[in-house]
Amino acid sequence: MSTDLGMPVVAPAGVGHLRGDRSFPAAARAALGDTQLRRNLGHATTVIRNKRAAVVAELDDWEALRRAGEAIKTATMGRLDEHLERLEEQVTARGGVVHWARDANEANRIVTDLVRATGQTEVVKVKSMATQEIGLNEALEAAGIEPKETDLAELIVQLGGDLPSHILVPAIHRNRAEIREIFLREMPGVDPELTAEPRRLAMAARTHLRERFLRAKVGISGANFGIAETGTLLVVESEGNGRMCLTLPETLITVMGIEKVLPTWSDLEVFLQLLPRSSTGERMNPYTSAWTGVTPDDGPQAFHLVLLDNGRTAALTDPVGRSALHCIRCSACLNVCPVYERAGGHAYGSVYPGPIGAVLSPQLTGVEDNASLPYASSLCGACFDACPVRIDIPSLLVQLRAAHVDANRGRRVPTPEALGMAAAAWVMADPRRFANAEKATRAGRLLGRAAGRITTLPPPLSRWTASRDAPRPPAETFREWWARERGGRS
Amino acid sequence: MSAREEVLARIRAANAAARPTAVEVPRDYHRTGAHPPGAPELVELLRDRLVDYRATVLDAAPDGIPAVVARALAEHPGLVLVPSGLPDGWCPDGVPDRAFSPAELDRFAAVVTGCAAACAETGTIALDGSPDQGRRALTLVPDVHVCVVRAEQVVHSVPELIAALTPDRPTTFISGPSATSDIELERVEGVHGPRTLIVVLVH
Repeated sequence: MSTDLGMPVVAPAGVGHLRGDRSFPAAARAALGDTQLRRNLGHATTVIRNKRAAVVAELDDWEALRRAGEAIKTATMGRLDEHLERLEEQVTARGGVVHWARDANEANRIVTDLVRATGQTEVVKVKSMATQEIGLNEALEAAGIEPKETDLAELIVQLGGDLPSHILVPAIHRNRAEIREIFLREMPGVDPELTAEPRRLAMAARTHLRERFLRAKVGISGANFGIAETGTLLVVESEGNGRMCLTLPETLITVMGIEKVLPTWSDLEVFLQLLPRSSTGERMNPYTSAWTGVTPDDGPQAFHLVLLDNGRTAALTDPVGRSALHCIRCSACLNVCPVYERAGGHAYGSVYPGPIGAVLSPQLTGVEDNASLPYASSLCGACFDACPVRIDIPSLLVQLRAAHVDANRGRRVPTPEALGMAAAAWVMADPRRFANAEKATRAGRLLGRAAGRITTLPPPLSRWTASRDAPRPPAETFREWWARERGGRS
Repeated sequence: MSAREEVLARIRAANAAARPTAVEVPRDYHRTGAHPPGAPELVELLRDRLVDYRATVLDAAPDGIPAVVARALAEHPGLVLVPSGLPDGWCPDGVPDRAFSPAELDRFAAVVTGCAAACAETGTIALDGSPDQGRRALTLVPDVHVCVVRAEQVVHSVPELIAALTPDRPTTFISGPSATSDIELERVEGVHGPRTLIVVLVH
């Protein structure tokens, strides 16, 4: 283990779900060909966008709440070490045990050892991005422990042998008919008469999990917030599966990213308004649980908190990029993103998809391990407007693109893009060269005569026209028009 | 170096490199509501929000709580669970909690509790494990939750609700019955928590 703190330490490869096995364009191409997926996503994101817009419009102080949320997060990151030490002190004082994990491997080892120490071979899990990120389920399975996902969408994903595609609604890529198919195939003892009505499907999940909840001895969760001044942890949810996992087992293990800490209890007055309205489009989510260490005779009598770095401190090192750590995982940016709506979450290759994933994943892994993600955006800016803590995602994307270009600057064989940019720089550096180049484009008028635009160009320019049209060059360049119209006058 | 020391050192190194500037948190959002706790407007707002979540709302006068609780339970036959500190007379037939196991809790059809506070704007009821509410599992396993909310416990806004609570008590914020939107973003009430929430509004 390196103790050289000069270089930021990113999330290790080979564990967890932060890196895809192919680039975004390649993965997106496959997703775009799936018309069922596009219909499911288009429907779901439209519904949630409208709900969010309606409940956000109810609050006349929404912008003030966003600014407060942004400032609380910025201030917290500036003193993150102090807040984490305080959190540890408070959790410990109230009977909890705090563990620190440098990365996914260490966190998985800690949790696996804790479960083993209880002698149990099955655990119930609340939906958690952090445990998805580190691949905890795979690590537990390798150790002979069966993790049971209990959130309805996570259950659909787990039973379908699938991967989550959305932060809030991991099975957003599945419609009711597909979910019914999965339940009929994978749920032992399910009613063969099961219909695709959402209510019936939810009831099937209730029946399937009920007995597991009642006998569970170990629960595993993430955390939406950890309050430094009191040591209080919070989980925000809807179904009650979270309450089941947090309340009924004897042992509770919570894995929390270090960026989830908030300084004070009263900061919740901001975040419990921002999060539900942004994420499910509700005034408040059905259930939020808050617990502090161990409470005698109420809930688990053994509580472990695992504080996870896994690349977060690497992101923190970047003066601009660190704001990606302010994310409260509401997924509003996914729902408004025209790229996400069409490509879906799997194309991003990381458990963090969509606009926030495109800025968070490359920072956690190092930009070269997720080099295509900063380009998975049209930079339209809808994500910034929707973000409850005002993360300027478009600016971060541009900065990460620059970091990627910089990382390739020293290559012995320049990239085609670098060659093109060098050529453009040479042409644009001289007015005469530029004017001649403009005139030369007129040859392109031979193309696209019928449509008024160019739909196919020969290689290497075909890489542009494979997914977009190029405009047909005009008969007259601007300089020629200027000379004709305003000739002689400057 | 331990993981703890190393993570803390990484954070300090990152903050030294990024040199974040100190920021003031602007608190110019509404921190107090338009109406004082218990105002009739808040009771009506809370009712509207709860109905929107498809909870059932029943009204009771301060001396009429037992009758309304009995009426709420009449439609849900079966054993009724109560926390050990439920006020006398609210539910005479209720079985007080005796550290029942989860499987034992599952035999109860309903539970009757009080609450710690409620927020009208979001339709949220907070339970904090006080004697009239009991430990968290009581309001989770039975399928029907009858919750008595007194008007003076109702505040307008989320900041007032947060301020009314004690952070180190195990707290559950409840906004309607258990629900999911995981299938095509369509809200369905009733998954793992109580599928029926009946709120008795005392005013």
